[in-house]
Amino acid sequence: MAQTLFDKIWDKHVVDSIPDGPDVLYIDRHFIHEVTSPQAFTGIERRGIAVFRPDSVFATPDHNVPTIDQHLTIGDKLSRLQVDRLSENCKNHNIQHFHLQHENHGIVHIIGPELGITQPGQTIVCGDSHTATHGAFGCIAFGIGTSEVEMVLASQCLMQYKPKKMRITVEGDLNKGVTSKDVILYIISKLGAGGGTGYFVEYAGSTFRNMSMEARMTVCNMSIEMGARGGLIAPDDKTLEYVKGKKYSPHGEELDQKIEGWKELYTDDDAVFDLELNYEASSIPPMVTYGTNPGMGIPVDHPIPTNAGEEKSLEYMGLKQGEKLLEMPVNYVFIGSCTNARIEDFRAVANLVKGHQKASNITAYIVPGSKLVEKQIDDEGLREVLGDAGFEIRQPGCSACLAMNDDKVPQGEYCVSTSNRNFEGRQGPKSRTILASPLTAAATAINGKITDVRTFE
Amino acid sequence: MEKFTSIVSRAVPLREENVDTDQIIPARFLKATDREGFGDNLFRDWRYNDQNEPKAGFVLNNQDYSGTIFLAGKNFGSGSSREHAAWALYDYGFKVVVSSFFADIFKNNALNNGLLPVQVSDDFLASLQEKVESDPSEKIVVDLETQVIRLESTGEEESFEINPYKKKCLQNGYDDIDYLVSILDKVEEFEKK
Repeated sequence: MAQTLFDKIWDKHVVDSIPDGPDVLYIDRHFIHEVTSPQAFTGIERRGIAVFRPDSVFATPDHNVPTIDQHLTIGDKLSRLQVDRLSENCKNHNIQHFHLQHENHGIVHIIGPELGITQPGQTIVCGDSHTATHGAFGCIAFGIGTSEVEMVLASQCLMQYKPKKMRITVEGDLNKGVTSKDVILYIISKLGAGGGTGYFVEYAGSTFRNMSMEARMTVCNMSIEMGARGGLIAPDDKTLEYVKGKKYSPHGEELDQKIEGWKELYTDDDAVFDLELNYEASSIPPMVTYGTNPGMGIPVDHPIPTNAGEEKSLEYMGLKQGEKLLEMPVNYVFIGSCTNARIEDFRAVANLVKGHQKASNITAYIVPGSKLVEKQIDDEGLREVLGDAGFEIRQPGCSACLAMNDDKVPQGEYCVSTSNRNFEGRQGPKSRTILASPLTAAATAINGKITDVRTFE
Repeated sequence: MEKFTSIVSRAVPLREENVDTDQIIPARFLKATDREGFGDNLFRDWRYNDQNEPKAGFVLNNQDYSGTIFLAGKNFGSGSSREHAAWALYDYGFKVVVSSFFADIFKNNALNNGLLPVQVSDDFLASLQEKVESDPSEKIVVDLETQVIRLESTGEEESFEINPYKKKCLQNGYDDIDYLVSILDKVEEFEKK
């Protein structure tokens, strides 16, 4: 029978099926970070059980960590406690831990792929909703809660119901100034913040095929923002090229064998989805959000729509229906997060800002997703370009995406942010987030006001 | 996990759609390493002002409302996977959350903590909200065995879905880990394939 890519991967991982109940799904890779894992370790310890497959678990602290002076002890006592607890838990249970000083440290969803831990056809979980990122490699990757982290530590399995399947097909070439971030913001604006709930998405079509692996990760990363459990893209030659030669990737004969298996990872022609959506790349412009969920997105040059029920959200944002965001002054720009902190993002930003200076009202943070990305920034001479333009380059971490560390947007201030969520208070109490692509963010930093990158000179 | 059978209680209504888990429990309160105490910061930024004084307009600060049933708006619990959101609601004292639509991860997290997510139609949710808002002493009955939610005064009711496996877990206070650990030999066999 014709199968979707999702079904092929799922079916290969079913250990057991409960009659009238869930499947027991085997998990290949389990990423953990400091915020959603401590209670899970306490849980298994209370039950007196060991971590079942410590070699399949990889840990890194990212949410709480400062992005300056990482060689020093973490100042915030509670943050330090969580980071230290992760360290102790990994030591006690023999788990590979990319600690703050480790050369492989970074945001969990950045380091998995760049180290080759993430490979096509895998099932991947993490106590973090942006685990969907890894779907870019043709994986079933999704976020879980802490009780589920405990389950995976205890058994390397989860009890799961198969979600419904949706295919989103986008065809054609992207317009100038339009990035993968705009594509996913556009899709989410069409579906709304809950439009994908209950579904797992496959992204298909030439637009995604033409994207780099980094760009595909940005798309899959935000699948959760329309409520979908995850999103995946069938692996192709680009995927194999990316995976090859990475630190944890298979090598030699093992790699050849794996590649044979990976060639089966595609949706059969006659496979049926519960929902199919189709878009044209040519109709996608640079996007920005104006409200307090990621579904509230518009083309950068459009006025804020007059939708019912958005009043409270607009009041929070200090915006009015019919107003334009274009040309609106902002004081903060954040380029980072698991959505847009890969080397390709910083290359694009450096290319755009080269020879320019940020506006005097702007505080602009550049936060690399990992130590490896930071090293690439240095090796490629981007630090100088970005620094000359007045951008502050910090050390890897989740930073101002979620205000769990010192990097926060002050009360009432607008921030054009390449992160994934514009929820109330997400970047700091009463902060106002406008989600956008790295290009839009960079151009905004130069002009000191929200800018249409298509007309940036 | 505590067993769940049925509940008769007053309810606390919050007519807000798309309530994300960042609102239920803001990230800066996720720094604890145990599961207790999150109820104090449930809806922190909606509940307290900058001086940490309760905001009069917010429903948790309204003395008229009480009970162990939380009446939420549509698409409740979206965004971050933080189980702390379910812990905060439970720790505050809620045993049931009613909505016409739940985000996936939140729903799983709630079920894994003995907090019953009850999904009803938009119309029935609106009706529950109206009744409770006009008379906060109105009681709601939630019965897991028959999968029915009912307004005690009028008898108006609707049935709700829950999968048989999760229902059994809640009724008996079992969790998935007990089961998973019991089949580790099967997992080992699977790994050899």
